[in-house]
Parts: sequence; C-alpha cells; structure tokens
Amino acid sequence: MSSETKQILTTDGIPLEVSLKKAERKNKIKAFLLVAPLLLFLVITYVFPIGDMLFRSVDDKMVTQMLPKTFKAMETWDGQELPDEEVFAAFHEDFIKLVEDKREGKLSTQLNYTKNGFKSIIKKLRRKSKSFEEGNYKEQIMSVHKRWANVEYWRAIKRRAPEFTSQKYLKGMDMYVNEDGKIVSVEEDRRIHRVLWLRTLEIAFFVTVFCFLMAYPIAHLLATLPMKYSNLLMICVLLPFWTSLLVRTASWMILLQQQGIVNDFFVGIGLVADDNRPEMMYNKTGSYVAMTQILLPFMVLPLYSVMKTISPSLMRAGKSLGGTPFVAFWKVYFPLTIPGIGAGCLLVFILAIGYYITPALVGGASGTLISNQIAFHMKSTLDWSFASAMGLMLLSGVLVIYWLYNKLVGIDNIKLG
Amino acid sequence: MALPKYTEPHYRIWHYIYLTICGAVFFFLIAPLFVIFPLSFNAEEFLSFSDGMKRLDPDAFSLRWYKDMIYGTKNPWGLAAKNSFIIAIFATIGSVILGTVAALGLSSRHMPYKGLIMAVLISPMIVPLIISGVAIFFFMAKAGLAATHTGIVLAHIILGTPFVVITVTATLSGFDHSVTRAAASLGSDPVNTFMKITLPLILPGVISGGLFAFVTSFDEVVVVLFLAGLENTTIPIQMWTGLREQLSPTILAVATCLIILSTLILVTAELLRRRSERLRGINR
Repeated sequence: MSSETKQILTTDGIPLEVSLKKAERKNKIKAFLLVAPLLLFLVITYVFPIGDMLFRSVDDKMVTQMLPKTFKAMETWDGQELPDEEVFAAFHEDFIKLVEDKREGKLSTQLNYTKNGFKSIIKKLRRKSKSFEEGNYKEQIMSVHKRWANVEYWRAIKRRAPEFTSQKYLKGMDMYVNEDGKIVSVEEDRRIHRVLWLRTLEIAFFVTVFCFLMAYPIAHLLATLPMKYSNLLMICVLLPFWTSLLVRTASWMILLQQQGIVNDFFVGIGLVADDNRPEMMYNKTGSYVAMTQILLPFMVLPLYSVMKTISPSLMRAGKSLGGTPFVAFWKVYFPLTIPGIGAGCLLVFILAIGYYITPALVGGASGTLISNQIAFHMKSTLDWSFASAMGLMLLSGVLVIYWLYNKLVGIDNIKLG
Repeated sequence: MALPKYTEPHYRIWHYIYLTICGAVFFFLIAPLFVIFPLSFNAEEFLSFSDGMKRLDPDAFSLRWYKDMIYGTKNPWGLAAKNSFIIAIFATIGSVILGTVAALGLSSRHMPYKGLIMAVLISPMIVPLIISGVAIFFFMAKAGLAATHTGIVLAHIILGTPFVVITVTATLSGFDHSVTRAAASLGSDPVNTFMKITLPLILPGVISGGLFAFVTSFDEVVVVLFLAGLENTTIPIQMWTGLREQLSPTILAVATCLIILSTLILVTAELLRRRSERLRGINR
C-alpha cells in the first residue's frame, strides 16, 4: 500500500504534481502577458471612458457646487411656500460670487434644463443685483421679476441640490420629476425622444426584415451554384461590403434625388407624372432604402457560410421521402439555416440601431435616429451628460439584445464570414 | 443550376421566379456603385445623366472633376488623402501588432478568463460606433489628444484590433502547435520560433486582419468627426462635409477612386482567403 501513495518525483526530486502546477502557472502567466498590452490599452482608452460616460450622465455636482450656501439654507425649507429670507440671502451671496467668476451663465443654462424660463430671469438678476442694498434680499430679488416670486422656480432650484441625478435618463424618455417629486411624462406634443426611440426600433426592425428577405434567396443561390459562378456573383456582395460607407451613401443620394435616376425611371415608365416626382430622400424612405442596401452584405455573409455547410443530399433525401420541394425546404433546409439567420439578424439589427451617417445624410428630419440625437447633443448643444445618458441607454438596449440572443440561439452559434 | 428534366411545370416557373428575385437583389446591391462611375466623368455640373451622356457624345464626358480633385482651388482632398493614409497606416500597424500578440495569448489553452477577456477585446466592434465615439472623445479630450493625429490613430487602433484578434484567432485555431514545440526542441528561442515558424504560417490571417483594420480606419467617420480638428481632416470627413453641404461632382471623382481602391483590397483579401483555405486543406 505504502508504495502506491508514494509521490512520483521528477528527475530534480520535486514532486511531479508541484512541478506540473508550476509549469502550468508559468504558461498561464505567459499567455496572459501576451494579451496584457492590448487589454490594458483597451481598458484605459475604451472601457474606463465608457465608465466615465456613466459618471457624467448622473453627475450633477456642478450646480451643487455653484450654490453651496443656498442648498444649505434650503435644507430646512419644506417647499410648500416661498422660502425665508435666509435662503434668499444665501442665494444672493452665492450668486454674487458666481457673477464675480463670470459663471452665472453656466448656472442659467443648467437651471434652464430643469425648468424653462431661468435664462432671462438670471440675466435680469445679474443686472439688477449690482444696485442691491444690503438686507432684505427676499423683497429685492422678488421685485426683479415675477418668476422669482414664484415658488415653483425655487422648487426647481432645490431639485438640483443632490450631487447625482437621474434626470438625464428621464429626459431621454421624455419624463421629468415634477414639483411633487413624482416622475411624469412631458406633454404629448413635446415627446421628441420617445418618437426617436420608437422610430429607431422600427427602422432597425424593418431593415433587418428587408435584409433577411433579400439575403436569404441570394445566399441560397451562392451556396448552391457551382464554385466558378458563385465566386463571380460573390463579388456583387463583397464589393459593396469593402466600399466606403460614404461612397455608398453618396450613390443613394444621387439615385434618390428628385431629378435623380430612380425618379427619371419612374417618369419614363409612366408611373409618376414629371411634375409630381415623389420625394424619396430626406425622409424615412431614404433611410430604409439606403440602410437596407448598405447592411445587406452583413446578412448575406453569415447566411452563406451556414448554407455552404448544408449538404445538398439532405434536400434530395427529403424529397425522395415524399416531401414536395417546399416541404423539404421548410422541414429540412430552413431549420438548419437558423444559426445563420440568427447571426445575420443580430448583426444587422445592432448595426442598424446605432446607425448615424446614412440617416443623417439621406434621412432628413423624419428619418433620423437616436444616434443623430446623441451626436447633436455632443456637437451642438454641448449637453455631454445628456448625450452620455442616451448613449448608455442605447448601449444597454444593445446588451439586452445580445443577452436575449445568447439565451435563444447561443452566442457560440454565430458564424461570421 | 440546371433543373432536372423531370421537374414539374409549376416548380419550373417557381424556379425562374426565384432566379429573377436573386437577379433583382444582386442588381440592387451592385448597381448603385456603378452609377457613380460614369457620372464622375460628367462635363457638366449636374448629378444626373445629361442628354449628351445619354447619346454617348464624347464632348459630354470630361476629366474636369478629376482635375478639380487634384488641382482645384483650396483643394482639401490632397491634405485629406495624406492624413487618411498616414492615419490608416499607423493605425493598421498598431492594430496588427497588438491584435496578433493578443491573439497568440488568447489561443493558448492556458489562458485564464478567456471568455471575459475576449468579450472586452472585441467590444469596440459590438458597441454602436456613436457610443464608442463619445467614449473615445472623452478620453482623448482628457488626455489632451483631441484634434491630433496621435489621438485619431489611437482611436482607430481601438476600432481595428477586434478584427485582427478575430481573424488571427481563427487562423490559429487550425494551427498545429507541435511545430512550435519541434522548433523549441531544436533549440530555437520563442521570439525566433514566432518569427520563423508561427508568423509565416498565420500570415494570411494577419494580413487579412490588417486589411480589415486598414479599411476600418480609412472609412471611419463617426469617431473622427468627434476628434478631428481642421488640420486632421480625412477623406471621409471631407466627403461627409461635401455631402452635407452640396453634392459636387468632385465628390464622385473621389468616390470613383475609393471604389477602385476597395476593388484592389477586395481582390487581395479574396486571394489571401483562398490561399489560407488551400493551406488549411493541406493540413487536413
């Protein structure tokens, strides 16, 4: 018995188990060191900045730091009626300091996000505050503009007291925290973001459907034709795939314009009158057509690579067992292509949901998507925290789709190219 | 795809409908690209076929817009092309080196937390570009790299590495590791083994990954729009501005050049793919 439990030793006299573990660890470290440069690079330049977006989207320290005394004085205020002199005096003190630092403009922008109408009354307050006398600030501030005597504006200021806020996310869904602290939707005619979210989903969904309907037959043809023909036809798929997105968008702009070739053709065959050419660009139609063509290769390639592996004898077997070609296709061929369909649809849907360039160029006002709104806030309004919030909402949507896909089909089943 | 003789008539009809549908889809895919080509030789300023062009009148065609592209006043295209190539080349080199090395580590069976790390490494490909753009802009702004070539190159390395990682890992999955062990047992050090044995074998994968990275950088516009200053303008940015402001035929001349470039890339990529398939076939 004792000889069996005796440890096996390597030539160095170290137990084999220990030696193997050591070698294993060494290999692990070696492998990890190879990955480390890229991992580190991506974590610093990419993963952390996405975390930074999360921070920016909820960060509301700016106003908190601009009005420290006011918020301190407001702590005991119940928000029912106009605050006391104490709050007004503190606000005055904070405000004078901001004016000295020339930062009152930022305050007005920030407060205006919470409630419209702050911009003008802060401007007015700045002008009048120069001639303020000491004491009784409540009367003096209230006499600047009637809105300063309106309790709702003071409640709006108080709502900005916390250092963190979810208001950017609520705004992204056209909601806000009202005076009573409840979350409510904005008026029906001002719900721009919900319209955009729905439109983004709608366009992404239909583009995916169109791509699928068009890609399935040609992927099937490519997979079943003899090599020498299919290679030639494959160029029709690969050339657009490798061509610049902007080039393809430009060609759609030429084709779809009112004096463009498609319209010329419609007039030529008498479908539409020459003086009544339909508007096919700068609206949803433009987005649909251009995005479908641009994303089509992303559907064809995964479908093709799956169909290529399906043996043609399976269809023949299905037919010889008495199925009509249609039944054989539906019962045998189609189920086998599901991993390809899944991969293609996932790819196209996710690319479409985050599309920016093409809708911005051919979409016009009614064809733009949520990405365009994000870019707009990044570049034009400079409301970066709102852009971050919308970006993260979009990202979480994408992650949910991946998660669902993984549950339904399994991410390992994805086949690309 | 000839039909067998015994095919019943209604299936025959169905088959022809199917072929027609396929033809229409192929036309839809490829035709838009071919519109650009003749229109870029238009002698007039319009973006539709003039009557002269329809009659194939030689006077209706000219190289006017190509001349404008190269010698035009203000001429943004020269600087843009220079920037685009510089940025794309450096971004490709960076992506290929980082991506190949990482793929070597990832393909090792000793690699811990493989799934998680792979997810992080390919995340720039999965996350919608606009979000990547915002995040990368925040980083570059903080690091003081906004509106610099370095910043854009780094951004494009981020976007390009996933392609290299994926293609090289795929190539390595069919790689026979006993050859590297053989080299090691013959006294070669790891670096020498990599350069002399591994690299030549995985080269097709590396190059096609590099091509992807190059095209990604060369076409990329979303992130560059956030990052670039006037000095860093690239071809996609110029096209973007041109398409937004006014569609001039000069853009079509540029587009034609880009289509020719992408054709070259396509041919290279296809040749490489076939070569690597052939090599893998021999291994089997």
